[in-house]
Amino acid sequence: MLNVKVLGSGCANCKRLEQAVQRVAGAIGVAVEVEKVTDYAEIMKWDVLQTPGLVVNGKLVAAGRIPPDEEIARLLKTAA
Amino acid sequence: MNPLPTSSLRPTHRTETRAFALVALSAIAWVVAYSAILPLAEWLTYDVIRLSRGSHLGESVAFFLYDVPKILLLLSGMIFVITVIQSFFSPERTRAVLSGKREGVGNVLAAALGVLTPFCSCSAVPLFIGFVKAGIPLGVTFSFLTAAPLVNEVALVMLFGTFGWQVAALYAFTGVTIAVISGVVIGKTRPERFVEPFVFQVGASGAQTVQSPEAQLTWSERFATAWQTTRDIVGKVWPFIVVGIGIGAGIHGFVPQDALAGILGREAWWSVPAGVLLGVPLYSNAAGIVPVAQALVSKGAALGAVLAFMMAVVGLSLPEMIILRRVLKPRLLATFVVVVATGIIFTGYLFNWVLR
Repeated sequence: MLNVKVLGSGCANCKRLEQAVQRVAGAIGVAVEVEKVTDYAEIMKWDVLQTPGLVVNGKLVAAGRIPPDEEIARLLKTAA
Repeated sequence: MNPLPTSSLRPTHRTETRAFALVALSAIAWVVAYSAILPLAEWLTYDVIRLSRGSHLGESVAFFLYDVPKILLLLSGMIFVITVIQSFFSPERTRAVLSGKREGVGNVLAAALGVLTPFCSCSAVPLFIGFVKAGIPLGVTFSFLTAAPLVNEVALVMLFGTFGWQVAALYAFTGVTIAVISGVVIGKTRPERFVEPFVFQVGASGAQTVQSPEAQLTWSERFATAWQTTRDIVGKVWPFIVVGIGIGAGIHGFVPQDALAGILGREAWWSVPAGVLLGVPLYSNAAGIVPVAQALVSKGAALGAVLAFMMAVVGLSLPEMIILRRVLKPRLLATFVVVVATGIIFTGYLFNWVLR
């Protein structure tokens, strides 16, 4: 099971990123557990300046943008 | 840290050329469409709908049919260009530039970068904490946080499209000036006392920063992002623009000349503060406000009051205040609002005085 965290406090793009991860994971058949991190003290442990942040297996892979589906797929596959 | 494994998706030389060709073709199509708007609007109004020239209704309809596509085209084209420029800036790089800068120079740089750095007010808190952690003085951080929303790209394009480039330039220039001065003033009040303590305690892991992506973007990636952003922004604001121009068109056609000079004109000293007070609780309607404002100004309202209103709408919005409350104690938040509002009011009078 891949642990994915979406960092962000309820912004519209955070929700979109979360949905994108679920959708892509389903499409490529990778089991993921998506966790929403909304507490700023927690979010800032990854030193992001812009939300949403995307953390895969404890590692920050994108911040401030919603990566295109192909990129998410690649990130999930590499980590799985 | 591993670099992001993007190399497999790197566009080739050919996709770069294709992207440029596509942008060039779109630019040509844009110019053709833009020059066709006026004849098309007149033809529709006077030949198809058969309204008579010079009638109130005819003028209003022609104005509406001309202005809606004109503003939407301007907005799409300019937001695209602005976003491509912004793709060369990122909050990470801005932070690197600002850390180690003293107040003064730092404030000016921060305000300028605030305009150029892509920024969403939903990221205000992480950005604030990240800047503070990097040792950037609070006053400098405030200059950035003031300029970013205050000089709003949609508002800038709308002002350019309805009032011309002088007013747009004055808006950008005064916006940056307000941000510089506000940051300097707030920096003098020892604001550290009124920042929520958790900001200073946030884990200093710092090692995990993503490689800032702006440096290695290809042109086709910049164009793709810009196109996406343009669609997002235009998709969000077009209803406000249509309604705003509709109201403006009605005013143009039906309200007598100079009807508003007494109420909203330059002689009414209170029109500027009233504009600010009205603007604060509103949000994201800057796009729709400008066409109405233009119509009001053409009937004798003062431009300063109208601009002050717009700056208050974008620069002191309630939602952003609520977001910033997470890191700022009420007293500092109040100082911020008062300082920026004072700057806006001053600008309003300046506009009234300069543009007559």
